[in-house]
Amino acid sequence: MEPGSAFFMVMMAMIGGAIRVSTPFLFVALGEMITERAGRINLGLEGTLVLGAMSAYATSYQTGSPWLGVLVAGLAGMTMGMLHAAICRLPKVNDIAVGIALMLFGTGIAFFFGKPYIQPSAPRLPSIPLGGWSDNPQVAEALKINPLFLIGIALAFFLAWALKNTRAGLILRVTGDSEVAARALGHSVALVRLAATGFGGFLAGIGGAFLSLYYPGSWNEGLSSGQGLMAVALVIFARWHPIRCMLAALLFGAAGALGPALQSIGITQGYYFFNAAPYILTLFLMIGSAGSKKALRDAPGELSLTR
Amino acid sequence: MTFDLLSRRALLKGTAAGVAAASFGFPGALRAATNVTIGIVYVGPKDDFGWNQAHAVSIGALKATPGVKIIEEENVPETAAVAKSMESMINLEGANLVLATSFGYFNPFMVDVAKKYPKVTLRHAAPLWEKGKHPDNAGSYFGYLDQAHYVNGVAAGLSTKSNKIGFVAAKPISSVLRNINSVLWGARSVNPNATVQVIFTGDWALPVREAEAANALIGAGCDVLTCHVDSPKVVIETAERRGIKSLGHNASQAPLAPKGFITGAEYKWETIYKVFADAIAKGQTVPNVVFGGYDKDMVRNTAFGAGAEEPARKAAMAAIADLKANKPILKGPVKDNKGNVVLPNASYDNFDRVLDGMNFLAEGVVGSIT
Amino acid sequence: MMAADPVSLPTAPTTAISRTRMLVWLGYAEALAIPLLALLVSALLFSVFLLALGKSPVQFFQLVWLGGFGTAFSWSNTLLRAAPLMLTALAVAIPARLGMTMIGAEGALVLGGFSAAAIALPMIGVVNPWAMNAAMMLAAITIGGLWTGLAGSLRRYRGVNETISTLLLSYIAIAIMNFFVEGALRDPADPNKPSTRNIGAEAMIGKIPGIDVHWGLAFAIGACILLYILMLRTTFGFACAVAGGNPRAALAQGLPVGRLVVIASMIAGACAGLAGFFEVAAVHGKANASLAAGYGFTGILVAFLARHHPLAIIPVAILFGGIAAAGGIIQRRMGLPDASVLLLQGLCFVVLLASETLYGRLRLFNPALRTERT
Repeated sequence: MEPGSAFFMVMMAMIGGAIRVSTPFLFVALGEMITERAGRINLGLEGTLVLGAMSAYATSYQTGSPWLGVLVAGLAGMTMGMLHAAICRLPKVNDIAVGIALMLFGTGIAFFFGKPYIQPSAPRLPSIPLGGWSDNPQVAEALKINPLFLIGIALAFFLAWALKNTRAGLILRVTGDSEVAARALGHSVALVRLAATGFGGFLAGIGGAFLSLYYPGSWNEGLSSGQGLMAVALVIFARWHPIRCMLAALLFGAAGALGPALQSIGITQGYYFFNAAPYILTLFLMIGSAGSKKALRDAPGELSLTR
Repeated sequence: MTFDLLSRRALLKGTAAGVAAASFGFPGALRAATNVTIGIVYVGPKDDFGWNQAHAVSIGALKATPGVKIIEEENVPETAAVAKSMESMINLEGANLVLATSFGYFNPFMVDVAKKYPKVTLRHAAPLWEKGKHPDNAGSYFGYLDQAHYVNGVAAGLSTKSNKIGFVAAKPISSVLRNINSVLWGARSVNPNATVQVIFTGDWALPVREAEAANALIGAGCDVLTCHVDSPKVVIETAERRGIKSLGHNASQAPLAPKGFITGAEYKWETIYKVFADAIAKGQTVPNVVFGGYDKDMVRNTAFGAGAEEPARKAAMAAIADLKANKPILKGPVKDNKGNVVLPNASYDNFDRVLDGMNFLAEGVVGSIT
Repeated sequence: MMAADPVSLPTAPTTAISRTRMLVWLGYAEALAIPLLALLVSALLFSVFLLALGKSPVQFFQLVWLGGFGTAFSWSNTLLRAAPLMLTALAVAIPARLGMTMIGAEGALVLGGFSAAAIALPMIGVVNPWAMNAAMMLAAITIGGLWTGLAGSLRRYRGVNETISTLLLSYIAIAIMNFFVEGALRDPADPNKPSTRNIGAEAMIGKIPGIDVHWGLAFAIGACILLYILMLRTTFGFACAVAGGNPRAALAQGLPVGRLVVIASMIAGACAGLAGFFEVAAVHGKANASLAAGYGFTGILVAFLARHHPLAIIPVAILFGGIAAAGGIIQRRMGLPDASVLLLQGLCFVVLLASETLYGRLRLFNPALRTERT
């Protein structure tokens, strides 16, 4: 590839985009994956993401420490997740509907308390210049990486290992596949799901912190354009596997970078559709994979989503 | 700077709350008094570092006027909701002057409200009102921000080394296209090799896509960046982080880019709002149409930042002097970037109505409307 | 429940019929009391929240009353917002009776409204306004129905989850509208807000005589009544209820569950499309980005609060229309952010869903529980 050629530029933009844009997807998807493996679906992660973004930004602005912001965002997300678990634990309550309600609620809290933080600039998370070896500024920029991205990648591998090889992973899988079996083994289904949904909320909150504290790195009410919801869809076609979640998140990030990258080399026709590419991609992937035997085999048995 | 803004905002809110408490429960009392209640409707948050903030800060000019009370509502969408917000201000709080600050508020919503309440004065912040066609109690006020963008362009033309200026735009509508073209014309007036490259994001507030667009433009070689979106914060901050220069839009973004900020195009709504306040204080009706640019002190450029070097400052100041003297900035004939002649005359007045409906990207702009 | 011992009831010699009737009435009372209780609890929680912020809950609810219901103007404001909410709530409620959670009313509304505006283009000033409105309404209902029907079909044939697919289809619908509105179908006379050409004053749907609200309200109430009859008084509705309660049993009974899924989703899309038609023909006069105003999302809340009962949707939509209508004056008088309304809505929704667990567990409404414990 000739550096400077249009193709090279789009490729670099997409790789850079995959790294920049994918992190929120990655965290929300991994969190939702754990929640769903326990047999619950939490559609409210969009609200959790927005609340995480706001609380991270506010904390960073008030204390001057962006990492404290990340932690607070995680804790706020965990609270939302545990609220979801606590309500869904009650009999006859529909977990999908509770998710939608918490999406409204979380967004409402974030917008309500977020007003004073739209204007000020808060300290941002640092980045690691992994592309310092390259003379090409595009390569160098694409490889400027935030530690959260690396943590997310490491977490995906860790979760893949832990689900298979640890006791906690086993308990989680059993609970998701059959409540009866989990009870027979002496585990509290409610407790496992509380932990799994709380963990999912924690990660989604961190995903939000990445949005407000790193990329695009500012808080306002239009910050999330459905990333939290798309991540839920992403888990389904990643068929509940951490590594596939990671790959799907990267793909989504790259798809999000496609529209602006094509415009920058002069391909402007139908930019609305390039911008809608992630949604269209998700839908087609779901159509392609949902009904397949593989998907049914991989789906947690207790999940209301795949009835 | 941030603290200043915060405390000022807190003060504004405090005043609004005081007014609210005083007037609660007595909507009729307000109407009976000689006092004037002005309602103002914003399409987004009042502190967005952009369009809405520019209005919200300037409305302070009216708050100082004795006997004037301000009621504000933010985040009102361009639907039937805005008609009802205006009516609510009129019906429940006795507003006698309503200012609608977003393009899509005008037709049908403000026009309908004006017909329904002929005793109330309504003004809209865009050059859309026409005598005879629209109700007499409605009207327009507008600052020609393209003039300040032209000055931006002049400064950018002498600041760019790659001769590529990046422009992140929301939608290909006339006012946006005119600002894009004005940046190019300004830059070309001092640097014939300058080009402007534009990316449309598709909507007024999409922070992630704005950041992606900014990065894509920088990737394509642009070393000065500007934008026309509701809140320029993300674009300016991204430019600063990537170590390139930036030009502001709508309100002052200087504090966001201490290293690379050159200047910015700002409205000076307070000039217009003072005209309104004076008319009200004298008991006169507010003029139907108030508009202008540098000639009438209705737009300005943000004080130069660290990114503005001496030649750029000088050229920009000279351009401002020309605009104040109402010298025509546009030299024709003008071609669009597909090679068609779109403006055949040799020269156009800065306020020529033909320019209001601009629907092309000029030769020298890289990008496409469709 | 019927197996409970009748002797333990206070009025000992009751016939089986009057007992059944009593249980039915208790059921109604339960269905009314629990949501009201949930609303009350939400209001209390929100009051505590306001007190913590140093704001007066009394003033807040006074303003909700004033802004939503206190004057004739407030009522027109409320009803104007309630009309599309009724239709988008139906778009959630009808599939929900089949056990489906479809949340894509926003997309069907936008695409329906856009189709209405698009089909009107060649007719402006040429065709009789009545015929034009009829064609527009038909286009909106058809396209809206097909769009959400697509999600139903994907569920039927490919097992694609309808919640996610309707949501994605919403985003795609908005992109399609923007593509045409800013491209091929853009009115060159309106350079500053990309829109389709205005359908003209003659073709605009007028107001209902006596009130300041367009005819969409009458159609929305009509749709609620019609769908009440369809879903609760016909064999089709009964089949849907059976399929929603237990799909396996329904299949075993020979019910065409797959076909019901598709039909219900098409009805849902048609309702949202109708809302889109009125947004274009009675409010905007054209299609543009403002069609996506969030009615589809508030409709979800309305449908759940009405427990997916088409008639209950009418008062609930009016209630939430009123809260939205009061949002402006709350912002102006109390200095509370516009998000207060969103927060209150979210809180009501959460409490309401949690209250679902009370059904069949309160002794007051379930005499059988009383007897079981004795």
